[in-house]
Parts: sequence; C-alpha cells; structure tokens
Amino acid sequence: MSDAAVATHLAQTRLEKRFADLKAAGRAGLVTYLTAGDPDAATSLEILQGLPAAGADVIEIGMPFSDPMADGPAIQAASLRALNAGMTLAKTLDLVAAFRQADREAPVVLMGYYNPIYSMGVEAFLARAVEVGVDGLIVVDLPPEEDRELCAPARAAGLHWIRLATPTTDDARLPRVLAEVSGFLYYVSVMGITGTKSATREHVAEAVARLRRHTDTPIAVGFGIKTAEAVREVGAVADAAVVGSALVERVRANLDEAGKARPGLADDVLGFVRELAGGLTA
Amino acid sequence: MSIAEKLNTYTTGPDEQGHFGRFGGRFVAETLMPLILEVERAYTDARRDPAFKRELEHYAAHYVGRPSPLYFAERLSEALGGAKVYFKRDELNHTGSHKINNCLGQILLAKRMGKTRIIAETGAGQHGVAVATVCARFDLPCVVYMGETDIERQQPNVFRMRLLGAEVKPVTSGTGTLKDAMNEALRDWVANVEDTFYIIGTVAGPHPYPMMVRDFQSVIGQETRTQMLEAEGRLPDSLVACIGGGSNAMGLFYPFLDEPEVRIVGVEAAGKGVETGEHAASLNGGRPGVLHGNRTYLLQTDDGQIVDAYSISAGLDYPGIGPEHSWLKEAGRVEYVSATDAEALEGFKLCTRTEGIIPALEPAHALAHVAKLAPTLPKDHLLVMNLCGRGDKDVFAVAKRLGADIE
Repeated sequence: MSDAAVATHLAQTRLEKRFADLKAAGRAGLVTYLTAGDPDAATSLEILQGLPAAGADVIEIGMPFSDPMADGPAIQAASLRALNAGMTLAKTLDLVAAFRQADREAPVVLMGYYNPIYSMGVEAFLARAVEVGVDGLIVVDLPPEEDRELCAPARAAGLHWIRLATPTTDDARLPRVLAEVSGFLYYVSVMGITGTKSATREHVAEAVARLRRHTDTPIAVGFGIKTAEAVREVGAVADAAVVGSALVERVRANLDEAGKARPGLADDVLGFVRELAGGLTA
Repeated sequence: MSIAEKLNTYTTGPDEQGHFGRFGGRFVAETLMPLILEVERAYTDARRDPAFKRELEHYAAHYVGRPSPLYFAERLSEALGGAKVYFKRDELNHTGSHKINNCLGQILLAKRMGKTRIIAETGAGQHGVAVATVCARFDLPCVVYMGETDIERQQPNVFRMRLLGAEVKPVTSGTGTLKDAMNEALRDWVANVEDTFYIIGTVAGPHPYPMMVRDFQSVIGQETRTQMLEAEGRLPDSLVACIGGGSNAMGLFYPFLDEPEVRIVGVEAAGKGVETGEHAASLNGGRPGVLHGNRTYLLQTDDGQIVDAYSISAGLDYPGIGPEHSWLKEAGRVEYVSATDAEALEGFKLCTRTEGIIPALEPAHALAHVAKLAPTLPKDHLLVMNLCGRGDKDVFAVAKRLGADIE
C-alpha cells in the first residue's frame, strides 16, 4: 500500500499498520511460522506469547494437517506432533483467542491447507477467526482458480488473503495471482517444499524487483531461510523474511526421548527468534 | 428433484474448471498451477490430434494386446445360477492389469510435452509396474514413490519395478501408504516442475487428471460395447467393477453412462466392515473433502484430518475416490456398494476354481458382489464384470491369509 493510501485508509488493519510502521522505521520485518500445538498446546501458547517481544513482526500459525503436500520433513513432523498431541482446527482458533487476551497489536496469520477449514464449514471458520482476532489467511492449496471457495468469503469477512507467488508464476499469470491479494504477498523463493532448498541472493533480488513492477503490496520472502544472515540478506531487498522450518526444527531439538517438551523449550525458540530479528535493525 | 432427473447426459463433464458438479477442481499449490494448466493445454491439443490417437492405438494393439477379450464366464454363471456373467479380461493386458492403458496415454503425452523425467505413486504396485514398463519402453528415467507398508506386502512388484529400471523410493512420511506416496510424488513434482511429468494412476488428482485418466481407460467400456453387441446383439444389462481410486470402473462405466437401461454398480472395499472403521469405502463411509488436488468423498476425522484406509487389497486402500464417482453417486446414476475382505477372498477362490483364472484381490471385490447379485437375476440378464487385474502379485498375501506357508 502506498503512503497516500495509508493516509486515507482510516480503518487500517493490524497487518497494514505493521507494514506501514516497518516502512516508516526503514527496516524489513520478520515473519515467524510455528505449527499450532507443537509439541503441545500449552508450550505452543507460551512461545506465541513471547514472539512479539522476541522480535516477530508478523506471526504465522500453522493449522496442522495430516497431509501437508507442500511441506518438507520438518513441518510435516511438526504437524504430526501437534495432531498426536490432540490439536484440531477449533483448538488452533482457541490458541489465537488465548494469545489475543494479552496482545492486541501483533498481526496473526493462519497458514495451512483447505480440508480442515472445509470440514469445519467456511462460514463457521471465518466467524470464529474474526472473533478471535485472526488477521489473514494463507491456504496453500487454494490457487486463484479456486477463489470462490474461501478467498472471496474471507475478504468479505474482513480478513486479508495472502497469496503465494512462486518462480513458476510468470508475468502472464502474475496479475491473476495479485488480483485478490491483500496484507502482503508471500513469495516462495524456490521451486520445492518448505525447509529444503534455499534461493540465491541474486534470485531473490531479481524476483522481488519483478514483483514490485506489478504490485505495491508488501512482499515477504520465504522457503529455505534458516539463519540470521539469510534473514538479513532477504530483508535487504524484500519487506519481510519468513522463517518456518528452522524454527520448527528448534522446537524438535528441545524434545525429550518421549517427544515431550524439555524445560526451557520456549525460551530457546524465542532466543533463536531474537537472533533472527537481530539482523533486521534499521 | 434429484440431480439425475434434471440431467439427460452424464458424459459432458468436467466443466472448464475441472468440476463434476461440486466435485473435482484444482486444489494445488501455486508452484504447480502453471504446470497443471500446461498439462491441460497439451492434453486438449493431443486428444484432437489424429496422429496422437493413431500412436496410442498402435501401442495399445501391439504392445498392450488390446482389445482384451470379453469372455463368457460359463462355469461361474452356472455356479451362481442366475445372470450370464461376462468378464472383461483386462488382466490379460501386458503387465497384468488395466493400469497400462492410462500409462501409455500419459507417457505419450509426456513425450509430446518434451518432459524428460517421470514420477508416479503406487499402492499395490500395479500402477508402478505399468509406469516402470512404459518408461523402459520409451527410455525415460522413472521414480516411483511407494509407502513403506506397501513395499513390505508387495515385494514381487517392487522387484519388477527395479528390474524395469525404476527407482522405487520408500515413503515413510505420514503412515507410509498410498496417500503418503501421492503426497511425496506431489512434493517431488513441486521441486522439479520443469522437466518432470507426473503419471497419476487413477481418476483423481487435480484437473485434468480425472478426465484424462478416464479417457485413456474408456477403451475398456468402448470395447465392451462393441464386443457385447457382437456376442449378444445388444448392450449389457448391468456392469460391475471394483473401486479404489476408481479408474478401471470409470473406464468401463463411462461409455455406458448415457444408456439408462444399463445398471451400473461400483464396489468399494469394506475391509473388516464399514461399521468397524477399518475400510476403504470413501463413498459409503466418508464425506466430501479436499485432498490431492480435488474435492471428493474422503475418509476423514471430524477435524478434517485424513484417515488411513484399510483393505486386504493394497490397490483399493486409498482414503479418497475419483471426483467423477462422487458426482455419479450424488447424481444417482451409479450404485456404490461394498464388499469385505472375507467376501473378496471367497470371490477370489470362486473365480479361481470355476474359471481357472486367478484374479487380483481388487477385482475379487467385484466378484464378491457379482456372487451376491447374479443369483437374483434372470438367466438372460447380461452382466459384465471388469476383471481388471490378475492375481499373481497377491498369491503370497492370500496364502498368508488362508494359513498356507509357501515362503
């Protein structure tokens, strides 16, 4: 969104305000992804509550799904851990509600796959998402071709619809991908699944430049970003860097042999978030 | 008014967005979308091209051995004491099942698109073997994803695929079965969109796959039509086929959907019984959801998590079903019933003893239903069952189940 638009947009959403503030501060943002309920609901909430202070500018919460076809081993395992610990979509929304009791500022975006939402019912899901203070949705298996399913009703309900663009989204297709996007555009910097390959700095810079020719929407870049150094590099060209698998791996590294959270898990994960955010000071 | 009463044709689907009624669609990640659209364009172009058709027919005739016979199963008919039962003998195809019909079509399309690498998923291994076969024949490298659980129970097919030069990659993610193999194949495809073609084995997946696989398998029904007219001077009265994803059934059914006099029955795998929860009957025991690129009936929890299917037949234990079947169910055009493991084993034994044909455990489910249905029908009733695969691969599993030690 341009400066002029920000000025005239009185009812600015949390997500719009966050990106406007980042722009004003002259720095890129850190978007963190963690799977809801990984490794259990209580620990998951403890991490979430600490994220804003640790430097997460936008909080992505993964809705666990049994068949995450665009995710690599790290996030697949996180999903299974959460499901095995009893996580559901309804409880994911409850988690957001619990988080919102103490934090009214941090933008929260739910990310996942369509079936659990479809199963709950689009209307019921959206009503609850709005009620608990969700700001936007990223649904991996809903391309523009399926916008009638959730994109249109979600936008009507006042939620941001964050679209994924990829290296295979060429200039001819890009307008279609950008048409209904709001909040930010999530650029998937590699062809592949989460947490595996990493894009080169040159590729990211070129891709972001190409996207900027088509849109004013803030651009977050994700997939394969695992270190503070990588966050800094992406932050130099994009509006935000997304870290997911590396964070989820940090959760895994703090589990005992039975798969339960070791004491200090949340602190360790939050320490890593601080380290990642450290690269983004203006 | 039911959907069926409003329709006078069942063969115009899918629409341009790949929908059969509310089912089907293109529920895939953005990375795959441009490629899915490319496959659709290439297929639309190919199906209109007489040269493509000629090439497909050439290999179908000389490599696969089509047409497969339509065989009057006289002794089985006598034993059941009712309808005149015919088998469509797709188990006689090269590689032993109907799967090759589709693989041939898709690999010719992949070549036409200039793709240089093939991937596939497999459950029982019949599709994997068929893919590995056409890859050997057309000289393309091939990776087959197969669940670890399935690898254990289908060793002969794993060895066949490796002999044919395919790389069989064990899938341990999720529960290590067919659905997870399909997830892994999709993950591979996302990472290798530029050079890779994904040969999906059934009438599922994102559009255009359900339509494309159906078209390639429809040769089964088209031949049946011609052969039955030759043999009996009229169309069959009923059709029966087993259903996992539903490709052999779709292939047999499709050319008859607009023949209102032809009764059509699909048989799902009821495993230990639909009421036990351990089954693969998506239509009889599931509800609509979205998985693997399409909306269809799925086995799932209240929370929309996909549940593992169970069946004695590895080729049927998929927690979904082709979207066109979901639509045909709701339209009321096709009846969908189920048969348990125990019933399928009885069908397996009956066919073997009366006809000297060892069927695969998949069509043994269709046989189980024929055994129930045929005795209730008059002797001039013409019933066609798709004998879509042969049972060599299942001999060890059946022996184990029957308590015989042959290893």
